[in-house]
Amino acid sequence: MTTTTRSIPDRLRSPLERNLKSWESLLMLVAIGIFIANSFASPYFLNAWNLSDATFNFTEKAMIAFAMALLIISGEIDLSVAAIIALASTAMGAAVQAGVGTEGLVLIGLAVGLACGAVNGFLVTGLGLPSIVVTIGTMSLFRGISFIVLGDQVYKGYPADFAFFGQGYVWWVISFEFVLFAIIAVIYAVILHMTNFGRAVYAIGNNATGALFSGIRMGRVKFTLFLLTGLMSGVAAVCLTSRLGSTRPSIAFGWELEIVTMVVLGGVNILGGSGSIPGVVIAAFVMGLVTFGLGLLNVPGIVMSIVIGALLITVIALPRLWSMWRG
Amino acid sequence: MKRIFASRELLLLVAIALVLGIISSRFPAFITLSNLAAVFNDTSPLILLAIGQMIVILTKCIDLSVAANLALTGMVVSLINISAPGLPIIVTLAVATGFGACLGMFNGILVWKLDIPPIVVTLGTMTIFRGTIFLLTEGKWVNSHEMSDTFKAFPRTELLGLPVLSWFAIAAVILFTIVMTRTTLGRAFYAAGGNPHAATYAGINVGRTQFWAFTISGALAGLTGYLWVSRFAVAYVDVAGGFELTVVAACVIGGVSIMGGIGSVPGALLGALFLGIIANALPVVNISPFWQMAISGGAIIIAVVLNAQANRTKGRVILKRAEHAT
Repeated sequence: MTTTTRSIPDRLRSPLERNLKSWESLLMLVAIGIFIANSFASPYFLNAWNLSDATFNFTEKAMIAFAMALLIISGEIDLSVAAIIALASTAMGAAVQAGVGTEGLVLIGLAVGLACGAVNGFLVTGLGLPSIVVTIGTMSLFRGISFIVLGDQVYKGYPADFAFFGQGYVWWVISFEFVLFAIIAVIYAVILHMTNFGRAVYAIGNNATGALFSGIRMGRVKFTLFLLTGLMSGVAAVCLTSRLGSTRPSIAFGWELEIVTMVVLGGVNILGGSGSIPGVVIAAFVMGLVTFGLGLLNVPGIVMSIVIGALLITVIALPRLWSMWRG
Repeated sequence: MKRIFASRELLLLVAIALVLGIISSRFPAFITLSNLAAVFNDTSPLILLAIGQMIVILTKCIDLSVAANLALTGMVVSLINISAPGLPIIVTLAVATGFGACLGMFNGILVWKLDIPPIVVTLGTMTIFRGTIFLLTEGKWVNSHEMSDTFKAFPRTELLGLPVLSWFAIAAVILFTIVMTRTTLGRAFYAAGGNPHAATYAGINVGRTQFWAFTISGALAGLTGYLWVSRFAVAYVDVAGGFELTVVAACVIGGVSIMGGIGSVPGALLGALFLGIIANALPVVNISPFWQMAISGGAIIIAVVLNAQANRTKGRVILKRAEHAT
């Protein structure tokens, strides 16, 4: 990786121009394009219930993606999120066998998520280890514990009212998960864009040394970010377990990469320092619409993953190619 | 610096000896020569991939597409084998290595010329490579009876008491030990990861060095792809699914620093052997194979903690350095 030189323009472009040329508006165009293409490609696309179903493709992943976005902006990463879902779901499954009720299950799911986040946070900030390796390790560890507990078995028998979190509707076609997704998006947008904490996250990602000398408690901020990511994984675990109604150790397998893809697609710099929550929201919709639209056209899941992979590389390569071509 | 290297690999060697000792105290059959040779043979694909991955990590990059590369190349040579069963093995080997190298070069070009972070590039190509297998085959398997006998027999052919597969791993260890310690390219890998700025001033093209690292990793993955599908006599979309993380784990356990610049071929070899021995020993000592994932996870974390201890600078800390991983 070579260091990029940044030139500061004499005069900023007008706010309107900046907004129009931003990553978010480009992504918005892509999203609208996909929406229009989808509605021409399949007669079943423009149906309120179908569209509502489509949101389940991304709501759970997006909840984690918001916390992950903050983590990546601060220069860290958490690859263990899907494994945390597996462990939290396994814990909830074990609790069901012990006769715990719905409130208890939710609490257990969130607590396991928080605890896993604390483990990651301690290893990274307490011991000063690189997060990418730590979380590859805890990813095997957390899911490994699920495998030890469950093996090839499955936990079932969740209480009937537990199903609400993943299958319930708040009003007409608006699902509980979608509402939760929207609320969480607003909370994270406020945290990142309107608080001192959010400023600190950007500062750490842009210039860690500078942030340290500005009196930002880097360890504490990063630890909080790992806690938040763990908590969101716990929330996603509750929703996903409730939606599936069962727990296997392979639950949410490979999600960590899809979540990172969502964050990067949303315009967050993988090297840290920049990105926004609205971008991640739009990226979530883009990925959800692509998967859903291709699904309606009977395209197999693995081919969708090619599209997502190619999308990830092209959206990052295109601006670079463009600037190379221009000068 | 040399001493740290030596001690870290020594530590791992002691750990491996300890594991073997504990197992043999209850199950002496495990450490018979023939069984150890079988364990080594079983670990050979991991060793080949770990060497490539180590070189990539040395240059501050990471290659998450190795397992997908392995699966795609394996499928390509299997399909070639169906349409041309009489092809000499040497051609198949060349095609596998060359095709894998091309896939690696694709990663390398994106990292070098477009300056896209390696983790993003290989995350993308990982899904693209695997998806391509599906496009090639529509999800069908290439089964044992469709492959020619010479194609399947090659990795099992015994040479001086060891299967050819093992010899490939041994050859790669020797070849890359020489490359890493005796050639300018090997030095460049260390320099590009250890201190990119200094490397640039020393006249080393960091981007091109990273490109070669990806090419080597890809070539080894391609070669392993052929050896893998012919050894198991089956090729399908999910061959070696999730294996990329095992490969990274082997490197980390072997003392390769994820920040680049630190690592060695013997380290990668020992890291791979450690995981290989554990995977093979679990069924012997009657622990459910479901424990394997958690154990390798724990081993990774312990290894990182130990690595960090060894790398801690001894001198007085004047300015607290604020580093952050990419």
